[in-house]
Amino acid sequence: MAVQILEIIIFPGFLFLTVFAMIAEYLDRILYARFQNRKGPPWFQPFADFIKLVAKEDIVPECANPFVFKLMPILALASVITASFYIPMWDNKALFSFEGDIIVIVYLLTIPTISFFLGGWYSRSLYATIGAMRNLTQLFAYEVPLFLAILSPAILAHTWSLSEMTVFFNNHLWLLPFNIIGFAVALIALLGKLEKVPFDIPEAETEIVAGSFTEYSGRLLAFFRMAIDIEMVVGASLVAAVFLPFGLGLNPVLGFILYILKVVFVIFLLALLRSVFARLRIEQMMDFCWKYLAPAAFLQIVVCVILKGVLL
Amino acid sequence: MSKLTIPIGPQHPALKEPECFIITVDGERICEANMRLGYNHRGIEKRCEEITYIQSAYLIERVCGICSHSHSTAFIQAVEEIAGLEVPKRGLYIRTLFGELERIHSHLLWLGVAGHEIGFDTLLMYSWRDREIVMDILAMVSGNRVNYGMNSIGGVKRDISPEQADAILKAMDDLEERTKYYIELGLQETTLIKRLSGAGSISYEDATRLGAVGPTARASKVDQDVRRDDPYAAYAELEFNVITDDHNDVYGRTLVRLGELMESYKLVRQLIKNMPDGPIRKKGPRKIPAGEAISRYEAPRGEDVHYVKANGTDKAFRVKVRAPTLANLSAVSKMLEGDYLADVPIVIAAIDPCFSCTDRMAVRNIRGGATEMHNPGSLRNFSIDWYRRRGIDFTDLNKKLMKRLERV
Amino acid sequence: MQRPGKMISEVLKHVGKTPATTNYPFEKAEMPEHFRGKLQFLPHRCKGCMLCTKDCPSEAIKIKKVGDKKFEAEIDLDRCIYCGQCVESCFIQALVMTTDFELAALNREDLKMTINEKNSPKPPAEEE
Repeated sequence: MAVQILEIIIFPGFLFLTVFAMIAEYLDRILYARFQNRKGPPWFQPFADFIKLVAKEDIVPECANPFVFKLMPILALASVITASFYIPMWDNKALFSFEGDIIVIVYLLTIPTISFFLGGWYSRSLYATIGAMRNLTQLFAYEVPLFLAILSPAILAHTWSLSEMTVFFNNHLWLLPFNIIGFAVALIALLGKLEKVPFDIPEAETEIVAGSFTEYSGRLLAFFRMAIDIEMVVGASLVAAVFLPFGLGLNPVLGFILYILKVVFVIFLLALLRSVFARLRIEQMMDFCWKYLAPAAFLQIVVCVILKGVLL
Repeated sequence: MSKLTIPIGPQHPALKEPECFIITVDGERICEANMRLGYNHRGIEKRCEEITYIQSAYLIERVCGICSHSHSTAFIQAVEEIAGLEVPKRGLYIRTLFGELERIHSHLLWLGVAGHEIGFDTLLMYSWRDREIVMDILAMVSGNRVNYGMNSIGGVKRDISPEQADAILKAMDDLEERTKYYIELGLQETTLIKRLSGAGSISYEDATRLGAVGPTARASKVDQDVRRDDPYAAYAELEFNVITDDHNDVYGRTLVRLGELMESYKLVRQLIKNMPDGPIRKKGPRKIPAGEAISRYEAPRGEDVHYVKANGTDKAFRVKVRAPTLANLSAVSKMLEGDYLADVPIVIAAIDPCFSCTDRMAVRNIRGGATEMHNPGSLRNFSIDWYRRRGIDFTDLNKKLMKRLERV
Repeated sequence: MQRPGKMISEVLKHVGKTPATTNYPFEKAEMPEHFRGKLQFLPHRCKGCMLCTKDCPSEAIKIKKVGDKKFEAEIDLDRCIYCGQCVESCFIQALVMTTDFELAALNREDLKMTINEKNSPKPPAEEE
C-alpha cells in the first residue's frame, strides 16, 4: 500500500509526470523555434512560467460561478494524471490495469476538454463563451477518429486492456506496420485534443483572445497549463504504447530510455505538424475530421479485421 | 442560439492599433459589422501649421510607422510643386528607390502578419526573417530602419555609393529567391488556400463604388496604380506591370502583394542600373510662396493623398493627409458581412490597415447628419460634455489635479 | 496543384542551421556605419549660430553661451527623434551622430545631457 502511494505521488506518478511534462513543453517549444529558424526559450522557461503564474493573484470574474471556475483546473489536472496510471510506459504492465482500461483512459482524457468547456462557459466572458463552444464542437470532431484509431489494434489483439495489448504486440512485432494508418490518424487527432495548430481553434489568440482561458489567471491558469502539458505527455505515451509498443519489459533502464525516446519522437512529430499548417476554421475542421480522418480510421479497422481473419 | 455582439477592439490581440469593430454574430456567422475610429488622434495636421516646413517633413514622416517614406514624399512633392522646385534626376531616382525598398519591407511585413492572423506562425517567422535583409539595406543607406529621413525639400539627403548599390543588388537576388518560394507556398499549401480563399470577398462593382485603393482594389480586378496612371518621381522612365487579380478575396490580395514584390525587385534593379550621376539635391528655400497643391503617391497600402496650402511664410497654412487605410475602411464592413467570425482578423488585416495613420478629425453627427470639424480645444470641451451627458463628471477630479499641479 | 504540408522539407532543413535570432543583450548588436544614434556635440567647433535649435522638430537641443566664444549644448535624449536635421543644418560640423543606440535609462533626468568643453573629450589636433 505504502509503495503504491509512493508510486502515485512520486514515481512514475504525479511528481515525475510534472517534471517530465515541463521538459516536454520545453522540447516542444525549442523544436517549434528551431523549425522556424529561431533560438527558442532557455531550458528553464516552462519552470519559470509556472513559478511566475503560481505567484500571481487569482482573479475570479464577478459574474462567474466561483465553485466551477476554481474546480475545473484541478479536475483537468487530476483526470490526466489518473489516465497516466493505466498506460504501460516502460514495462508490460501499467501501474493499474484491468480488462477494459482502454475505455477508461479515453474517457479520462476527454475530461480535460470538458473542463475547459465548463471553465470557459462559467466564466461568463464573451470570448470564453465562444471558445467554450468551439471546444465542445471540436471534441465531437476528433474524439471519434481517435477512439477508432486506438480501437483497431485492440481488435487485432483481442483485448480491452492496454497492458495485455502491449504484451500481444511484443509477441507479434511483425503486426505493427499494419497499424500505420491508425498511427497517423491518432497523431492528427491528438493535435486536436491538445489544441495545437492547425486545430487550435478554441484558443485562437487572434480571434477570441485565449478562448476558454481568457478569464483565468494566476494559480488556476498555471494548473490548466500544467494539465495541457501533462495531457501532451500522456497522449504521447498512449500513442507510443498503442502503436510503438516494442522493447517493453526487457530491462527497466533500457525500457525507460526507450520510452523517453518514443515520447520525444511523438512530440517531434507533433511540433513538426503544428509548424507547417495554418489554423483551420471550425467548420473546415469538422469537414476534415469527418470526411478524411474518420474514414481513414474505419479503413484501419477494416484492415485489422481482415488481418485477424486471415492470419490469426 | 441568439445573436451575440462581440467587440473586437479597441484592445484586442488581433489588432495592433486601437480601433473598435462591433461585430454581431449568429453562431459563427457575421450578420453585421460596424466600426469606430478616432482612438488615436494625434493632431499632426494642426501641428504642421505651427512648425516650419523643414520640421513638418519629419513630423509627416511619423504619420505612419511603415509607410513613412510614402507620407514624407507625398508631402514634400506638394511643397516642391508650390515652390516650383526642379529636383535633380539622381535625387528623384534615390527617392523612388526608397519608395520601392519600403514597399518590399511593407509587403513582407504584411505577409508575416497575415500568416500570424491565420495561425501560421512559421510563415510569420520566415517572412520577417527575410524582411531583415531589406531592413538592413535601409538602415545601411539611410541610417535608420523605419524613419529614414531621406527626403528634404529639393531632393534627398544621402547619396548611394557604388558599394551600397552592389549590396542592394545582392539583397534583391536573395529576396527574389525567397519570394518565389512564398509564391509557390501560396499556390500549393492547402490549409493556407483554404483559410484565405473566400474570406472577405468584394466584387469589382463594390470595390469601385466604395473607393477601395491599392492591393485591396487590385485584387478585385480594379486596374489602378498611381505609379502608372499619374507618374511621379522617376516612375515615368521605368517599366513595370500593375498586378491585378480576379479572386476578389484575401487570397487574391495575397497573390497581388506577392506579385508586386517581384515587380519591386525588377524596379530596384532598373533604378540602380539607370541611376544618373549628378547632384542629389537642390537647396530648397525656407519660405514657400503662396499657393496650394495636391500630391498623390502609391504607398504600399494604396493611394496616399496630401494637400498643402502655403501662404508665403516658412510655415504651412494647411496640411491635409488622406491615408490609404481610410479609403479602404468602408470596403471592410462590406467584406465582413456573411463571413465567419474566424475570418475577422484576416479580413481586417488583409487591407493592411494602419488605423493610427487614418485618424484625422471629422466628427460626424449621426442624428443631424452634419459634419463638424474640431480643433483640440473644442474637442476637449466636446468630450467633457459627452461624458457629462452620460453621468460621468471629471470636473472635481480636474480641480484636484490642478491644485496638485499648482503645489508642485 | 495543392499539397498539404508543403513547408515540411523547408522546416526540416532549418533544424540544423544557426538560428536567425540572436541572444541580444548578451551578444552585442552592430549598427551600420552611418547609423543615426546618440547625438554628440563638439563644443570647440560651435560658433553659436543656433540653427540647430531653430530647425529641431522636437525642441531637443539648446545651445547656451557660457563664455567668450564658448558654448554649451543641452540635449534631451528623450525628446530627440534622431532625425539628423541638426547635423544637417550645422555648417561647421559641431554636431555628429554616433552609432550608440542603447539609450534606455531608468529616469528622465539621466537622459538629459549637458555637453561643454569641460566634460567633452579633448579635440583631436585640428587644422585651426
